[in-house]
Amino acid sequence: MVRIKDHPILGALEETQEITIFVDGKPVLARAGEPIASALAAQGIRVFRNTANRKEPRGLFCAIGRCTDCMMTVNGIPNIRTCITPVREGMQVETQDGLGRWLNDG
Amino acid sequence: MAKEVDIAVVGAGPAGLMAAIEGARAGAKVLVVDENSSPGGQLFKQIHKFFGSREHRAGIRGFSIGEELLDEAQKLGVEISLDTICWGIFPGPELALLRNDTDFTCRAERIIIATGASENALAFPGWTLPGVMGAGAAQTMINVHRVLPGQKVLMVGSGNVGLIVTYQLLQAGARVAMIVEAMLEIGGYGVHAGKIRRAGVPIRTRHTIISCQGENSVTSATIGRLDEKGQVISGSEETLDVDMVCLAVGLTPMAELLFTLKADFKYVPALGGQLPCHDEDMETSIEGIYVAGDVAGVEEASTAMEEGCLAGLACAESLGLLDSLQAGAEKQKVKKRLQALRSGPFGEHRQDAKEILTREGLIK
Repeated sequence: MVRIKDHPILGALEETQEITIFVDGKPVLARAGEPIASALAAQGIRVFRNTANRKEPRGLFCAIGRCTDCMMTVNGIPNIRTCITPVREGMQVETQDGLGRWLNDG
Repeated sequence: MAKEVDIAVVGAGPAGLMAAIEGARAGAKVLVVDENSSPGGQLFKQIHKFFGSREHRAGIRGFSIGEELLDEAQKLGVEISLDTICWGIFPGPELALLRNDTDFTCRAERIIIATGASENALAFPGWTLPGVMGAGAAQTMINVHRVLPGQKVLMVGSGNVGLIVTYQLLQAGARVAMIVEAMLEIGGYGVHAGKIRRAGVPIRTRHTIISCQGENSVTSATIGRLDEKGQVISGSEETLDVDMVCLAVGLTPMAELLFTLKADFKYVPALGGQLPCHDEDMETSIEGIYVAGDVAGVEEASTAMEEGCLAGLACAESLGLLDSLQAGAEKQKVKKRLQALRSGPFGEHRQDAKEILTREGLIK
């Protein structure tokens, strides 16, 4: 959708293995090795979580793992920085509500 | 698991890699740790050609410089430990490290901290909406991950980061509606600004973002003109149809490790805020602990590399791996190159600010 396929300096986007992750239960195709955040951005998904008190949407902000705005629940573990966490086949990614809940309660 | 090295470098960006290369070239056993899963810091995001003279690698694109440095470091036997967080430095000195949930330590005769800087945020109504992000964040997404996080962009800030990322957004296929700059003049180099203007992107000085709007993400942004006091002139507001706002409003050195060490700091706004004092050899107020690159004052990759070079040489000299005559001559060459980078209308104020830092650093 918003993948940069051709680039005047970087050239054509290299072919890589495609893998499937699940975002709120729906399958999403991702490029092997990329972080969760870019796979989501490529699908036009912008809201990654909602804040605890005011329920405000948050998304990608720093993209280098510093700001923690892009946290989501990944494979049942909340507060995962999606901008620096690579996708894995079959990964379950969920929009996080507040600080999230642990799937297995620790 | 405990390691022991001559020189440990925290951060595998341009400064850290250069420091490691110089140290290893002199014969030191060097370990570089970096919390990221790939080395190079921000170098691999820089798809533009660098400036300056040939000795500053002018005309070479950032990512190629990154490859050159990695190649060199590898040839010299520098160990680079990725996904490795340095969470503290303890007496010894010993680095406390964490990799893949495993703790380990590394004793080092000398430590060079080259942790870089992070982007500043800017608060205005709507700034937390998805679609508002750092200009560097956008750069990471487009140049590294090859994804456009928005189609129509408002860039806030016309320093070199704002200008370069604007051009790179255009190259990636986005439309940039405008650059707003609160100051009277464009902050970055005229060459970059010229390219952007020729591409048809207006740069409005004395303008700022007032707010951005949207239900779940940015759908528009409002800008306005500023008066002499920096207040928005009523009636000058204008709403732009954008889905992305990029903030290029400066960087702050990531000096946490040096704060915990209680190193001497000085507030130098021209170089990004609270900075570790250091001497001409990049040594901080704590013996054996050196700094290099943006953590020692936000400048550019070219200066970061030279500072790294200087720190590496100084460490090697103090370890007795280089005799002082040889080291002195080498350091002098680097200092001359640094001076060249800090001259002219864009560099002079940095030279002055750096002198404040080093003067303070010398009082030990």
